Amino acid sequence: MKEPLRITLLRHAVLLLFTAIAIYPVLNVISISLRPGDRLRSTDLAIIPADWTLTSYVRLFTEQPFLRWLANSLVVSAGVTVTGVALASTAGYAFSRFRFTGRKATMLAILTTQMFPATMLLLPLYVLIAAVGLVNTWLGLMVFYTATALPFCVWQMKGFYDTIPPALEEAARIDGCNRFQAFWHVVLPLATPGLVITALFSFMTAWSEYIVAAQVMQDERMFTLPLGIKGFQASLSSQWGLYAAASILVSIPVVCVFLAFSRYLVNGLTVGAVKE
Amino acid sequence: MATVSLRNLHKRYESGFHAVRGISLEIAEGEFLVLVGPSGCGKSTTLRMVAGLEEVSEGEIRIGDRLVNEVAPGDRDIAMVFQNYALYPHLTVRDNMAFGLRMRGMPRGEIDRRVGEAAAALSIEPLLARRPRELSGGQRQRVALGRAIVREPAVFLFDEPLSNLDAKLRVQMRAELARLHRSLDTTVIYVTHDQVEAMTLGDRIVLMNQGVIQQADTPLSIYRRPANRFVASFIGSPTMNFFTGRIEATEFAITGSPVRVPLSPELASLPSGPAVLGVRPEDLCVVAADAPGHQPLATVPVDVVEQTGYETLAHFLLAGEDHVVRLPADVQAQSGDCLPLAIRPGGLHLFTLDAAGDRLA
Repeated sequence: MKEPLRITLLRHAVLLLFTAIAIYPVLNVISISLRPGDRLRSTDLAIIPADWTLTSYVRLFTEQPFLRWLANSLVVSAGVTVTGVALASTAGYAFSRFRFTGRKATMLAILTTQMFPATMLLLPLYVLIAAVGLVNTWLGLMVFYTATALPFCVWQMKGFYDTIPPALEEAARIDGCNRFQAFWHVVLPLATPGLVITALFSFMTAWSEYIVAAQVMQDERMFTLPLGIKGFQASLSSQWGLYAAASILVSIPVVCVFLAFSRYLVNGLTVGAVKE
Repeated sequence: MATVSLRNLHKRYESGFHAVRGISLEIAEGEFLVLVGPSGCGKSTTLRMVAGLEEVSEGEIRIGDRLVNEVAPGDRDIAMVFQNYALYPHLTVRDNMAFGLRMRGMPRGEIDRRVGEAAAALSIEPLLARRPRELSGGQRQRVALGRAIVREPAVFLFDEPLSNLDAKLRVQMRAELARLHRSLDTTVIYVTHDQVEAMTLGDRIVLMNQGVIQQADTPLSIYRRPANRFVASFIGSPTMNFFTGRIEATEFAITGSPVRVPLSPELASLPSGPAVLGVRPEDLCVVAADAPGHQPLATVPVDVVEQTGYETLAHFLLAGEDHVVRLPADVQAQSGDCLPLAIRPGGLHLFTLDAAGDRLA
């Protein structure tokens, strides 16, 4: 049935409005990063100001340890992503496929950890990390982030495995696979969308986190990007040009990661496997 | 090709459910054995124990001379076709068929040869590059068969492989399976709840109920001499008519009706007492009231008539219970007609009245 024109127009108007709301801050930040002299506010409506300059971007690389922070963030985020995917994919599989004593209690316990905001966990986790001498290290931050990202990822993966018919693993076992080979050759390829979501979630948890990093990393050379960028904002004179330019650069890897992974975010991978 | 031997096999689940209760079977080399029975009778569980997908609670499974209770499914030299196909959706048809061979480290040339041969035998060569989602139900079932064939196993296990196909395709695939078994000459254990599949495919049928073997025999023997009332009612469609009554010397008196069925000399030697008489719908026939030597036993009013084109099924009530007679398609019967019925010689089966319902003679 063809939709009335009135509804089509209304729908497009609403979509345009929300798109504008989503895009406006980004455009504004781009605009600030191109203005000379740390001008936060402007009466000019042009996105690219008439006197635009790339000075802020150049200064980030020449006057600030931006590359060092970028490396720190990349190492920590990549570590959290790899660890998160490895642990969540195996733990989720165990919860989905095995029936063992304490299974439900453990799953509930994992879920319960999600009820506490990260700020509440800050102190106990810091005490733990300090006790094992991991303050101011990449590993300390990785442990922190993995611990907070993992519960969601485990549940997410468990839910995903539940949709993969066990008959496929049985077929693989008859075809000569042991349990791990069946998992590796049959289950994991079918769980790709779940793995991608886990990877993205783990990456984002580490990439954009500020509060925890501010406690664990105390040496400026160990700062991650959010910590470093926050340093541009001071009570008396904020360096808005650097702040905006760094914000734009920080978002580029995230966009790249999303673009690279988005083609795996498809449903219906198991279509045709078994007759429903 | 190998023998399969099941000895006093039990399966108990942690929930306490006793799915298989001490079954013993010797399956010969090259035999096509069909496990048949209603849902939950333990036939699939038995098959899955042979496959190694279910642990054996008690008893022994031997494939050839080898005790395989603790052997991994992949090392049992079996191949299995699942009810729901269980094709690997991320792999092409070719890779689905080659998967088991690759896992065993077979040389590429040999894999290609086997996949090619099986694909040709099943007419699925044009599908080799496709993925399961691009195939119809029948094509998927062929691929699942192909995946089993390429392995050249000692034993094929089939778990209701045709139950998801439509009626026409099922008949076609049934014939193809029979042909395949003839050409491969491999031992087959085939699970189904469809008695037509069981009757047409099996060299031997094992009928199970509640985890126990009710009868194991050739299809015709099971049909002609069912061991008990359960077997008699499960095999044959429409199901056998049962009449409760008493053996009284040379006659069987049907309770709640004046009808007395004369017994053959063999049955007449049974001691008098309560029993159940079974008559298959095709062993009832309409006789002319004045036909010499064929006295009608009873004239019954027709309740409902079902015409299939190749036969007519007439339902009638006797002693308050529904019974059915199978008539040739050209017999015109209508609801309310009176049919003079007789029983063909040799068409009587007598069972005990108790719950076991064992055959009396």
